[in-house]
Amino acid sequence: MVKKEKVIQVKNLVKKFGDFVANDHLTFDVYKGEIFGFLGANGAGKTTAIRILCGLSIPTSGDISVAGFDAYTQTENIKKNIGYMSQKFSLYEDLTITENIKFYAGIYGLSDKEIKQKSDKLIQKFNLSDKKNKLIKSLPLGWKQKLAFSIAIIHNPKIVFLDEPTGGVDPITRRQFWDLIYEAADAGITVFVTTHYMDEAEYCNRLSIMVDGKIEALDTPENLIKQYKVDNMDQVFLKLARKTNA
Amino acid sequence: MISVQNIKKSYGDTLAVSNINFSVEQAELFGLIGPDGAGKTTIFRILTSLILPDEGKAILNGYDVVKDYKKIRQIIGYMPGRFSLYQDLSVEENLNFFATVFGTTIEENYDLIKDIYKQIEPFKKRRAGKLSGGMKQKLALSCALIHKPEILVLDEPTTGVDAVSRKEFWDMLQRLKEKGITILVSTPYMDEASLCDRVALIQNGQIMQIDTPDNIVKSFKHELIAVKTENMHKLLHDLRNFSDTHSAFLFGQNIHYTSINSKINNEELKHYLQKNNHKNIEINKIQANIEDCFMELMT
Repeated sequence: MVKKEKVIQVKNLVKKFGDFVANDHLTFDVYKGEIFGFLGANGAGKTTAIRILCGLSIPTSGDISVAGFDAYTQTENIKKNIGYMSQKFSLYEDLTITENIKFYAGIYGLSDKEIKQKSDKLIQKFNLSDKKNKLIKSLPLGWKQKLAFSIAIIHNPKIVFLDEPTGGVDPITRRQFWDLIYEAADAGITVFVTTHYMDEAEYCNRLSIMVDGKIEALDTPENLIKQYKVDNMDQVFLKLARKTNA
Repeated sequence: MISVQNIKKSYGDTLAVSNINFSVEQAELFGLIGPDGAGKTTIFRILTSLILPDEGKAILNGYDVVKDYKKIRQIIGYMPGRFSLYQDLSVEENLNFFATVFGTTIEENYDLIKDIYKQIEPFKKRRAGKLSGGMKQKLALSCALIHKPEILVLDEPTTGVDAVSRKEFWDMLQRLKEKGITILVSTPYMDEASLCDRVALIQNGQIMQIDTPDNIVKSFKHELIAVKTENMHKLLHDLRNFSDTHSAFLFGQNIHYTSINSKINNEELKHYLQKNNHKNIEINKIQANIEDCFMELMT
């Protein structure tokens, strides 16, 4: 992992909705090729922060740059340089595999030639040539997730945001998904991921844990486990997040 | 008490579940553990009389789910996978609605839901759609309990809920169990299996194993070790290429490893890893957990 190049820089990010402070002075950097875990209980403010980092919402105050672009004035540039995938929003169920690839690659402005190349490569990689004209909804969930991830990085973005990407799949498929994440990170794509699976949190290079709109902890999983004198991330999370829960 | 015998169900050409057999004792906490698409929801919908099985039968506290469906609906409390309360009604209105539908009142059964409901009572005027995930879950459980059911059926109540709320939810289930309620719960989170009295591990519409979590873990037939080095990604790759390897799966900060041999030769493994430039090699013998067992059954 190249530690030098910062692809996300956040300094004193504040986001308010009326009187409610959803993000309270968040400060962190994320590096090129890093797998960065963004954890927190439901309602801690993760989604608010992710929406800002994706250029979908304007911060109230603070200095934020994503992929080298300003989060107030260059949101369109941010959107072009990131990929996004969540369990809720991924592929179009009523389009085929090839149609989905074509659609997303087209949206991101790839040329017809590039689309053809990328599409062939992806179908070959996943051994899907006999299924490429099948509707997405006919595929098992695990395949959908792997494809959705590959399509989210089809335009070779600087950063990919994964919002609870692996919910509900079997433990082997979940691990295959993480193989893809490592592969992307090795290729220099920064992976920004949220998850409720604490064993997955331990696969990240660094983790931040949000509690009530603030970042309460930020370090490698190993250091956090040591610092809180526990055995695993699940226990770290329970120790930190317990106090907020309604 | 629940008895499920040879249940089979297809949707068109797709076989959803087959050969489903299990029984649940009164006041037992029984878990169906498996990923999406395994068939958990199909089984629950049959047991709650919402769909008909193609074959087989199911009896809940003496009532047949097909013939006695009206009675079944009175004795069960059901929490479907999707949040299915009225988003535009307040917390209190939802609870009142469900109480009224079942011909009872909140006051009459308040004792049963008190522990859970009092946590969301400060927000009782808030619309259900505006609640956080953890609070929605507590409201849904309160609504499923308000008619004092004998059997509680909970379809993935903790999916998408954070680790803290999940833990609290399981604590609530333990307390309900102590009140004599039979609980059938499904979850894709393998670590939650240990919180059940007994579990059925389910995959592709088939039950692979039914037992207490302890017995399932004890039945793991391989010697299991946790391996760790400085480069975990390379370690996984190298272990998978090692000729003695039966399985190698990432588990948090370790890789769980089993060998094709009945006994693992630690020295030989260490030597192989050193040869592949691994540093700070740690090898520890460990107990299998439910996820190890599940993956072993899958492969």
